[in-house]
Amino acid sequence: MKKTHLILLVLIAAAIVVLISYTGDLSSYETIGSAKQKEGKFVNLIVKMDKSVAVQYDPVKDPNLLQFNVQDSLGGKIAVVYHNTMPTDMEKSERLVLKGKVQGDHFECSAIVMKCPSKYKDNPNAMKEQPVTISN
Amino acid sequence: MNTTKFIGEHLLPGQIGYFLTILSLVAALLATYAFAKAFFSKELSVQAQWNRLAKIAFYIEAISIFSCFIILFYIISNHLFEYKYAYMHSDKNLPYQYLLSCFWEGQEGSFLLWSFWHSVLGLLVLARLKRWNNNINGVMMVLNFVQFVLATMVVGLFIFDAKLGSSPFLLLREEMSWPILARPDYLHLIKDGTGLNTLLQNYWMVIHPPILFLGFASTTIPFAFALVGLIKKEHDWMDLCLPWASFSAGILGLGIMMGAAWAYESLTFGGYWAWDPVENASLVPWLTLVSAIHACIIYRKTGGSLKTTYFFFGISFLLVLYSTFLTRSGILGDTSVHAFTDLGMNTQLLFFLLIFVLPYFVLFIVRMKDMKAPQKEDEIKSREFWMLVGSLILFLSAVVIISITSIPVFNKLFGTKIAPPEDAAFAHNQVQVFVAIIIGLLTAVGQYLKFKGTTGDYFKEKIKLPLLITIVVTAVVYFFVGVKFTEKGIGFTGAIYVALFASIFTVVANLFYFFSVQKGKLKSAGASIGHVGFGLVLVGILISSSNKTVLSWNTTGISPLRMESKKSPAGNPKENVTLFEGIATDMGKYMVTYVQDSFDILDKRFFVLKFKEKKTEEEFFLYPDVLKNNKGMEGFSANPSSKHYWNKDIFVYVTSFQDHEKEDTSSFLPHQMAIGDSIFYSNGYVKLDKVLVNPNTNRPAGSNELVLQLSVTSKEGLKYQASPSIVLQGMSLQANYDTVKAQNLVLSFNKVVDQQKGILEIGLKESASLTNLITLKAYEFPFINILWIGVIVMVLGFGLAAMNRVKKFKAK
Repeated sequence: MKKTHLILLVLIAAAIVVLISYTGDLSSYETIGSAKQKEGKFVNLIVKMDKSVAVQYDPVKDPNLLQFNVQDSLGGKIAVVYHNTMPTDMEKSERLVLKGKVQGDHFECSAIVMKCPSKYKDNPNAMKEQPVTISN
Repeated sequence: MNTTKFIGEHLLPGQIGYFLTILSLVAALLATYAFAKAFFSKELSVQAQWNRLAKIAFYIEAISIFSCFIILFYIISNHLFEYKYAYMHSDKNLPYQYLLSCFWEGQEGSFLLWSFWHSVLGLLVLARLKRWNNNINGVMMVLNFVQFVLATMVVGLFIFDAKLGSSPFLLLREEMSWPILARPDYLHLIKDGTGLNTLLQNYWMVIHPPILFLGFASTTIPFAFALVGLIKKEHDWMDLCLPWASFSAGILGLGIMMGAAWAYESLTFGGYWAWDPVENASLVPWLTLVSAIHACIIYRKTGGSLKTTYFFFGISFLLVLYSTFLTRSGILGDTSVHAFTDLGMNTQLLFFLLIFVLPYFVLFIVRMKDMKAPQKEDEIKSREFWMLVGSLILFLSAVVIISITSIPVFNKLFGTKIAPPEDAAFAHNQVQVFVAIIIGLLTAVGQYLKFKGTTGDYFKEKIKLPLLITIVVTAVVYFFVGVKFTEKGIGFTGAIYVALFASIFTVVANLFYFFSVQKGKLKSAGASIGHVGFGLVLVGILISSSNKTVLSWNTTGISPLRMESKKSPAGNPKENVTLFEGIATDMGKYMVTYVQDSFDILDKRFFVLKFKEKKTEEEFFLYPDVLKNNKGMEGFSANPSSKHYWNKDIFVYVTSFQDHEKEDTSSFLPHQMAIGDSIFYSNGYVKLDKVLVNPNTNRPAGSNELVLQLSVTSKEGLKYQASPSIVLQGMSLQANYDTVKAQNLVLSFNKVVDQQKGILEIGLKESASLTNLITLKAYEFPFINILWIGVIVMVLGFGLAAMNRVKKFKAK
């Protein structure tokens, strides 16, 4: 057996170990209902804003506190606390991916990924519903 | 059929463009066929005939693509909004230089850009490699086939209801079913396009995509060389290929880092690299390409690593195609912030991937048994041994990165719901820091080892001094700069220290090699200089990332009760600070004042921030801005601003601000109070402390002044003073308001109600639009310039290597 082959085997083994140990860190996409049952576990929620409850954000009092409510496609609802500024366009967003944990009665959110019409304006379906910039 | 006559449309450019895309498709197919005929023929005369025909087809194809390029640019720059591409990606207000960014905002334009570079490269191959034998026809065959497949992406044909590609020359009315588009005068109603995504309105976005796509396109050339080598079972293409491969790696690296520079200057995640899937997808082919170059050099010097070379060149091209698939199929939607949108071409993209990968790797496996490596034991003390180890590590690092990036693909295939880990960046960093350590050490010592075995004490003698210098330099860096990042525990911080040592060693050892062994001659210094650059990139990344500090830690406006939430499960970075116009705010080393804001002609709103160093009293201004999003969409996108010092950047961006478009509808509410009384407002209370009579001595003669001293206490316990007043002059009475901007309060002294009892009437107004305030984040990035300098040096190294190899080849 050549030394290069030996090293190759060792390295591949190392890469596999790295990938396996990585899987331990992976999280999952959950519904609001299933996330509530896994309180304290880091999860990803795919949700939209619950417009029936007002968004609370006042940079004068605390620029790092945003509170809002969301719901998912199964009808689950939860309050969200996000310790950061309010992302622009958040209220316009069709879909939010929230990363964080359920803590008691609310979801402690650490990051928000948005799908907004502005970023995805190429989307032909979105465009069809959006007759804009037209003035008579 | 539609017989409406539409007014004011410019149909000619689109028709020409559409025709030219089809022409380029046909020409590319013809060129592929003709080059193939020439390549597989054994007779010289037949070869020459087919070669002539093939070249004509290729020239037609290249001219068609260049013309398409010009036509599409004409459509965008003349604002012909009857075309969907112009309507969707540009508007009339756009500054001229960003019209090019519109070109590559969409998938069609960027495919066209890719084809454009292939045409340029093909012309270069034909011009430069005249002397090489028939195999040149093979290379051109592969290149033209890639061109053919790319042409199908922009041709926009319908074949049996299946859409083939998406044309950039489509008309808006053909694509959309809006009722107004049926009106003959619809063009008068569509005044303007929807504009370019505001994030892309940045000069880096004019230059980064062309460079990156040149990088992508140029990986085709080594792939074509390798495929021809596999077909012909001839491995003498490596000398010819190496300059192309070096050029490709240099340009691809430059393109990736320009993207990083764009992210740093224009995106607001506060950095240049976020391990976003789109970034990873472009990095990974670069890693394997660098592996391929090293394996290729080993083969030329020793005859070993032949299979590895073929494998790496193949996998690099495969990864370019795979990353195209990842970023353009929309599959990354939930994990990436800046992937392209799905255009419904997934099947086609997947086909693009497989049509090259399968034949190449099938042929590779078939040919493998013919590729005999030299039958001898590997010499541990040889350069090739450690070069190969380094290449393998880079490759495995690429495998790890791309596996993690491919989670969405895995989810799609197996219906799983796996999401990225909590701290996705750290998950990458904790692995790649060890890659940096090993690669850094290998790059440092590599050149001091000789091919086929290093004899005696040569290595020990030569490495002594660089090692000593490295230890000294590293000690200085540890002592004066250090590593402030300790969040992830001692193990990770320790690894950063070791990696810092390894990368400084890379810089020092290669510099030393260049000056002492190569005597500063540039002739064969490509490798040394490239490695110095690579080392600097590592040093820059390690120092700037591990010492990034937040200046805007929020210590104000938080009640003591909520302080514990700093350790909240969400990690909770309280990195936003609120600034009120005109009020200096404490931010670490600086006092920061939001002076004012103004608009430029593009409706870009600038905020003028004055930074004042507390100790040195040094003052400077930063101008972060926000740009209103494109028409029809609300919201803003923020652009950071930074102050560059030689050793650090102060980096700031606005995270929210107040919109003054809302009208002030609130009114004064009268309250009666005496000295010592308090009244409440929504966020606290106001207390009347004192009434002063004529406190100002320089008042106009004959006037009397009553000044109230009010103290305002907010719920958070913050205290403010206000002193509204009345001035009585003869019979006229003037009320002077006072404001507490931070609490959005306006206070007035209305009148004296009962002089005996001392009851006064005070007006209190709470106004949402009273104050100008912004919230922002500010960071300090130390030594980030080392990173940018490193990139430039590395690219120079690749360029030098490419040039020197061309010269060597010519001299043969």
